[in-house]
This record gives sequence, C-alpha cells and structure tokens, in this order.
Amino acid sequence: MSALVRLTDVARTFDVSAPWLDRALGGKARALLRAVDGVSFEIPRGETLGLVGESGCGKSTVARLIVGLHAPSRGTIEYDGVALAGPGADSVPAGRRRQARRSMQMIFQDPYASLNPRWRVSDIVAEPILAQDARPPGAAIGERVRGLLAQVGLAAADGAKYPHQFSGGQRQRISIARALATEPAFIVCDEPTSALDVSVQAQVLNLMRDLQRRLGLTYLFISHNLAVVHHVADRVGVMYLGRIVEIAPTPSLFAAPAHPYTRMLLDAVPDLRMTGTARTAVTGEVPNPLDPPSGCSFHPRCPFADARCRSEIPMLRDASTGGKVACHAVDEGRLAPRTPAVR
Amino acid sequence: MTASAPLLAVDRLRIEFPTRRGTLVAVHDVSFEIARGEVLGVVGESGAGKSITGAAIIGLIDPPGRIAGGEIRLEGRRIDALPPAEMRRVRGREIGAVFQDPLTSLNPLYTIGRQLVETIRTHLSTGEAEARARAIALLEEVGIPAASRRIDQYPHQFSGGMRQRVVLALALCAQPKLIVADEPTTALDVSIQAQIIQLLKRLCRDHGTAVMLVTHDMGVIAETADRVAVMYAGRIVEIGPAADLIHRPRHPYSIGLMGSIPSIGGSVERLVQIDGAMPRLDAVPSGCAFHPRCPRAIERCRRELPELRPAGATRAACWLAGSPVEQAA
Repeated sequence: MSALVRLTDVARTFDVSAPWLDRALGGKARALLRAVDGVSFEIPRGETLGLVGESGCGKSTVARLIVGLHAPSRGTIEYDGVALAGPGADSVPAGRRRQARRSMQMIFQDPYASLNPRWRVSDIVAEPILAQDARPPGAAIGERVRGLLAQVGLAAADGAKYPHQFSGGQRQRISIARALATEPAFIVCDEPTSALDVSVQAQVLNLMRDLQRRLGLTYLFISHNLAVVHHVADRVGVMYLGRIVEIAPTPSLFAAPAHPYTRMLLDAVPDLRMTGTARTAVTGEVPNPLDPPSGCSFHPRCPFADARCRSEIPMLRDASTGGKVACHAVDEGRLAPRTPAVR
Repeated sequence: MTASAPLLAVDRLRIEFPTRRGTLVAVHDVSFEIARGEVLGVVGESGAGKSITGAAIIGLIDPPGRIAGGEIRLEGRRIDALPPAEMRRVRGREIGAVFQDPLTSLNPLYTIGRQLVETIRTHLSTGEAEARARAIALLEEVGIPAASRRIDQYPHQFSGGMRQRVVLALALCAQPKLIVADEPTTALDVSIQAQIIQLLKRLCRDHGTAVMLVTHDMGVIAETADRVAVMYAGRIVEIGPAADLIHRPRHPYSIGLMGSIPSIGGSVERLVQIDGAMPRLDAVPSGCAFHPRCPRAIERCRRELPELRPAGATRAACWLAGSPVEQAA
C-alpha cells in the first residue's frame, strides 16, 4: 500500500527566548525549544497511526505541522506524493498544494473551544464548504449539511441549534461533521475524546471507526491514553521529548514493547483486570525540554542506560518485533525483547 | 462506640440547588459507609453527583447548593450541620482533602514550607521549629527529593506531579482519619499518575487512613479501591467490593460503563456503547433515571424507582438485577 502521508526528518524549533532587552541587560542566552526533533513516519492510505506520549513530547506539534498550522524548521512533509513543506515544496504548484491541504482536516480535543458559540450548527458545518473555490449553490449546501449531520448521528433539526445546546459528545460529533464537510481523505485527530466521559468516548470512537470503514479515511490519532490508541490504531508511534522512540504495529507494540520508555508507559497504565495488584514502580519525570539530557533523552530515567546512552543519540532502527526502535540497549542486545505473555 | 462502627456514615444525603426555575436535586438519598482504613471508590460520569457528595463531606458545598436532608456522621458524630468554625477544625484535622488541580490547591504566593507549617500549627499544638521538622519529614515521606532545601521553594518551582505530592503532604499534615480525594490524578500524565496512586495507597496503608476516591477513571479505581460505588444522575446505582463490581457488574449502567472502557488486554471491534447521555438535573426521567438509555428496561422501570438491593456480590438499584443476569457479551 502506498503512503498517504510521509514525514522525513521533520523538526520544529520554537524560540522561547526572553525579550531582547532582558537578554541584553540580564545576560540571558537565547532559548530554543526543540518541540519536534527529527521525526519520520509514513501513514498508508486507510490506516490509523496512533501517536502517544506524555505532555510536552511534541505529539500535538506533529499534528499541527502536518496540517500546516506550523511550518517545519527542517525536513519534508509529503501528502499523496505532493511535498507540502520542505525543500521540494517550492517546485510544487500552489494549486496542487491547496488541493492536498483541502483533503486533510483536523479534529481538536476540546469541543467547547473549537466551535464558535455564536454560530448555528448548520453554519459551522457549512463553513468549510463555503471556503472552497467552487462553491455549490445554496440549496445543495443545505442538503449536504443535513447529510453530514445524519452521518454523525445528529438530526437535521439540530442544524438550527447553537453549540451550547449540545453535550460534549454531541459537540464532538459536530466537529467530526465539520471535518467531513470537504470530503477529506485524511483526518488528524488531536486527543478527540480526552475531554469526554467514557461512555460518550465509546460512542465517538465507534463513530470514527464506522466512518473510517465507510469512507476509507486515514487517521493520525493523537492521545495520551494508551488503551484508546490500542483500540483505534493499526500502528503506534511513541514519542519522548520530540522524538519517536518506537514505532510498531499495534499488536506487537503492546505485546512486546521494545523501548524501555514504552515498557514503562505500558506498566503505568492502570488496568481493570489488575484489581488490587501493585504495578511496577515508575520513576522520574519528563525532563525540561529546554534543557534536554545529552545522548538518549530518556537515559536519566532508564534502568538500562550506560555511557553510550549518555553521549550518543540513538537512531530509529528496525527491531525484531517488526517495528522500529531507537535504543542502544536494544541494538546491542543488552535488553532482551519482552516476551509476549502475561498480559 | 464500638470498634465495628464505620468511620464515616452517610445516610440518605440530599443536596439541592435552588434556582429561579425551581429546585434542582443534585444528590438523592445517597447512603454509604466507609470503614477505617478503607478505600471507597466513587465513579460516574460528569454530572453524576460524585464530586458534590465529596464536597458535602468536607463541608465545602458552594452556595446556593445546600444539604437538604440526611446525615453525615464521622465516628458517630454528626458533621453535616456544624457551625463553620467547628467544621474548619474537622476539615484538615479529621478529614483531609486532595483536589484535581494541584496548582490551584496551593497558594502561589507562599513557599510550600509556610503552607505546611501553617497547616500543622493550626491543627496540632506544636512550635514553629517542630512544625518545620514535621513538614520536612512529610515531604520526604511523599517522595520529594532534597526536602529540606525544596521546602523553601514556591509552588511554581515544582512540576505537576511534585505539586500533587505536596498537596498530599498537606492533606496528611494533621494525620486525618479520612481523605476525600477528588480526581487526584486526572490532571497528571500516566507515568506520574501511577506514582501518585502508589503513593496514596502506601500512605493510607502506613497511616491507616481511609480514602473516598472520586474519579471517572475505572483503571485507577480497579487498582486502588476496596469497594466501589457507581453513581448515576445523583444516586448510587450499584455498590460493592471492587473486584466484583468491575468483573461482575449487575446494574445495566455499570455493565455498560465497564464495557465502554477500551482495554489493552482485549481486542474488540466495537466498544460497548451506552446511547444517549446523562440526563440534565432539570429533566431527570421518571422511575429509574437510567431507563431511557437502558437496553433492558421494562414498563416497571419507567414508573417505579428501584432501591439498592443485594444482587450477586454487590447491591444494585435495578428491578432486573435481583434475578440472575446473563453477563452482557
């Protein structure tokens, strides 16, 4: 299968320096935050890539880079063979890039903040249609909006209401209807169910899966909830301090995690079946991204770290599990793969 | 008082919010007990009434909300109608509180040392130096490295996980018998969440402190709680031992709630879905409030309100739960 989305060595640095005068008077240095630092992956058409990691690991920045809300500082982002950003992008006609951009949409975490409270639902859902160059006639738009609302399980009459008249789960359905308005092939979902209650989360996840089956959508699904990612994703990438430390097909990542950070994350997930049992101790916290550790950025928390880990950044390499992992200990065979058992 | 008397007894608690358009009842006839050293998990979705029940126990219901009926007893003594000054002594001294957001639970303008010392001296008759020594010991106990140095730092100098540890230390200052923890790990990352849960469990075991753990995260409940109460639309719909309630729930809402949680172990094509949403407080359905969303509702559910009755190893408020229920596949 061909890749719909391809990121090659994408990086994004933010300048978070103090104001110029403070720097000049206070002798403060420039501060650069490497939010994303050399991320490469592909998403085949029709598949879901899950991206997990803790706060500040850069997963939302990756989402924003792909849809063009940020420009990358380095690297190439390709969509359907069209370079959207990076060295090759300037040679691509602007029209082709616009066309590619139009076929990707985004769903955000907070359905209370991402819908304009002063607009009726029908106007919210119609907006992306109206923003297109070839604007369909008014009657066709109304018909299309009703169809979109029906597709996400809302009534046609709901179009006349305002967002505040809906619960969180219904609002997220409105967000999904809006995202589907331009008939996209690719949807970036940034924590789409994190603000929802579990029973409502189940409704939204089921809806997203049904839509994927019916419309052949490709998803980038970002979440900090490993169980949710396990449920929706075909492949999972694990991020730590701006880098992908492991990426593998979902079953093998969860059955036999290779990277020590992935193992730690999986051990930290509270499991319903573990009533009353103690779990493996998790130690340490994510370091300050302004001052990342040398070498492998996970080494201060890693029980397997040695001198090489402290000095040399590990690259993503093919692992025996069928995925890729960035870890010296795994490379050198110091860290045996975890046997897929117990779970 | 006998040794077997519960530490906390909540009896037919009713909490109302008078509004211009009539009185909204947020909590209806909720009764439960917490034994010494026991962890009771209270779960439910937004608006189920779990947080307000916790707030009632620590005497912090925001007006116009009010306790309109029932009793709350701590070691047999009524605490729901205490004058504010007396309630302040109970709160902190006998009942500690931990809230979701550690940043808003700490005063940003005072060092954490000052906040700890002040709390210790309010509740225990100790001198300044003794209180400070105790504060450092507490910070070490909750796992803050270099406690004697960090005690003079301000909350913003701590990370989210470290702040929640400070809040736990604050709650433990006066060695309360009960801690009400309202979503203590919701604002934290999973790896930090695991640390805080472990810490909470260890502290309670070491100090014999009972905990009322309010959360929507069933995973946290599964690992921590001895017993679980499931709330829906202001009522407890099922209560029982944690393992039974999680693995063999009897109320259709509990069954749906457990099934809707994605799990890493199993692989399912679709999650169990409870259609609809929790009713608004001004439009709670007649009879069993869950009946419009319940796949098994019968005519009786629409008319009569079920009481909590024994159902398997738990007690469930469902007309159908008394009879052997086939587990939802």
